[in-house]
Amino acid sequence: MRDVPIVTRPHVENFIRWSADKPEVVVLSADLTNSCEVGKWRDTYPERFFSMGMAEQNMLGFAGGLAREGFEPWLHTFAVFLYRRPLDQLQMSIAYPNLRVRLVGFLPGITTPGGVTHQAIDDIAVMRAIPNMTILETGDATEVESVLDVAHAIDGPVYIRMLRGEVPRLFPEDEPFALDRARVLSLAGETIDAPTEVLILTSGILTEEALRAVPALRKAGVAVTHLHISTLKPFTDPTVSRALAATTGAVITMENHVVTGGLGSAVAETMAEAGTTAPLHRIGLKDTYAHGASQAHLLREYDLDAFSLIRATEAALERDLGIDATALAPVRIAATHSSAKVEAL
Amino acid sequence: MNDPQAIAAGIRRRVLAHVLANNGGYLSQACSSAELLAVLYGQVLNLAPTPGPLHPSAFEAVPGPNAPRVSGGVFHGEPGPDLDRFIVSPAHYALVVYAALIEAGRLDEAALDQFNKDGSTVEMIGAEHSPGFETTTGSLAQALSTAGGIALGRRLKQETGRTFVFMSDGEFQEGQTWEAVQALAYYRLDSVRVIVDVNRAQCDGPMDSVMTIEPLATKLKAFGASVDSIDGHDTVALAKSLERTSGKPHFVLAYTDPTRGVPLMNERRPVLHYLRFTGDDERARYQDFYDDLLTEGAQR
Repeated sequence: MRDVPIVTRPHVENFIRWSADKPEVVVLSADLTNSCEVGKWRDTYPERFFSMGMAEQNMLGFAGGLAREGFEPWLHTFAVFLYRRPLDQLQMSIAYPNLRVRLVGFLPGITTPGGVTHQAIDDIAVMRAIPNMTILETGDATEVESVLDVAHAIDGPVYIRMLRGEVPRLFPEDEPFALDRARVLSLAGETIDAPTEVLILTSGILTEEALRAVPALRKAGVAVTHLHISTLKPFTDPTVSRALAATTGAVITMENHVVTGGLGSAVAETMAEAGTTAPLHRIGLKDTYAHGASQAHLLREYDLDAFSLIRATEAALERDLGIDATALAPVRIAATHSSAKVEAL
Repeated sequence: MNDPQAIAAGIRRRVLAHVLANNGGYLSQACSSAELLAVLYGQVLNLAPTPGPLHPSAFEAVPGPNAPRVSGGVFHGEPGPDLDRFIVSPAHYALVVYAALIEAGRLDEAALDQFNKDGSTVEMIGAEHSPGFETTTGSLAQALSTAGGIALGRRLKQETGRTFVFMSDGEFQEGQTWEAVQALAYYRLDSVRVIVDVNRAQCDGPMDSVMTIEPLATKLKAFGASVDSIDGHDTVALAKSLERTSGKPHFVLAYTDPTRGVPLMNERRPVLHYLRFTGDDERARYQDFYDDLLTEGAQR
């Protein structure tokens, strides 16, 4: 993998520019304004920024009311505070009436050293069970920037797993986020329908990890197709079902989330409904909470990193691929105390 | 017909008739809130008229990608920038709301025949497709926040109409209510006017035996609201307080009697939340009372 360019706080200026010609867009925040990179947005558009204090249940209700009046509220807070504490309000005041509210959730999964209280590890599972909800997950700076248009076009509530701070740019700027469309990052054959030994589906920050490992797998002679998934609901992309149908050896999913209810489960459901027979291996948090530590440390501790994908592939294929950690593209470690974040969280 | 007292009497009569016909219902809520809804629909709310009493639509679909929201707000007439909005929070008051809409000439009286019937929008716990309901608030204490968002949105659009909310006192046990009050006060949303049926009764029994909320007026004032505490059966005081402007979100605490107009209900104290007849004898006594009501009404 080539050196990955890093974009510092891609959301800040992009969201300001994007909002300029959309007067219906308003922002609600629950005391995490700078932490969610909308401090400058507030100063640019003070008349449509609303501080709601540490009161998420009420914030979701206000958002529903504003949406009923034709506004498009973009709620910015940490993901855990959008679906854990105010789940009933999310369901009854926003999801049931299918209102155009955008829930921008920061600190997905183990991207924060803030520990269990700040780590949204089950958000996709919860959100997938909510009717009318669309679920988007950003995996790089290009997706952070282009997810806005995707969400804006949806006539209903949207939940976004958002990245902040130092964000890698993995995908070309001219290849924006597309709803319910996987990115084909590696192809085992000429087309998506050509037989592939291993199909790897990754989402969010773990796509960067997988990109470190896939070249080594190919070098070791494994025919790999790698898809990046950025829409978790709906989950009806024909590229995914065609790739599943072409898989001869194993399917491996990799997500910054518990393995129940997220990407792995969505793939399992798709496979079961299509009668796909390849075994499925799900990389993710295995029925466990995490704790406060750096992202790099937690990726290793919970077997979510690039080398975990090598080991999972070996286990799935039941053969030793002779790959050691030095064969992987170098790990990129973002500083916990990076000046790109307003706090160490 | 806009006489609040006549509307209130009609609400009690219709709800009692319904309870008799269906061996149960939310009767105490009608007894406590009849004057509140009567003053709102008959006198205070500035709503566009409906083209006569409307028939409730059949249930079609829940809101979704291919199913636009159906709003029970159509029974409040076409909305307008200078007109009021009315949001009902305790959705289990639905039968009372339907009865009030009938008395106000906005809902066909045959609608009550569809109450709690399969395929009907005249649901037992009103949802936003039900007559008189703009929001889905069966999970209590969510309407005030939504109304705050509606009022804020209306202010951004420079609309001058007010946003009224009808609440039950039990909802002041929920934390979200206080989150909402502090936000209404912070944003000085004085277009929000809340009327609370303080009947001091809830599902488990008298409120003070479940979780007290008093001193409610003191608490609300401390949160930045203006408050009037009044006799909730005094239609003149209700109208006066609902119209009072204060520059703050305004709360009318209407202290009510959940047996008002149906003294037989006192035998059921302390638990008044839902009336289910204990047997034929009790039902017969309510029937006799109802028959007397009708006779008195005819003589008047």
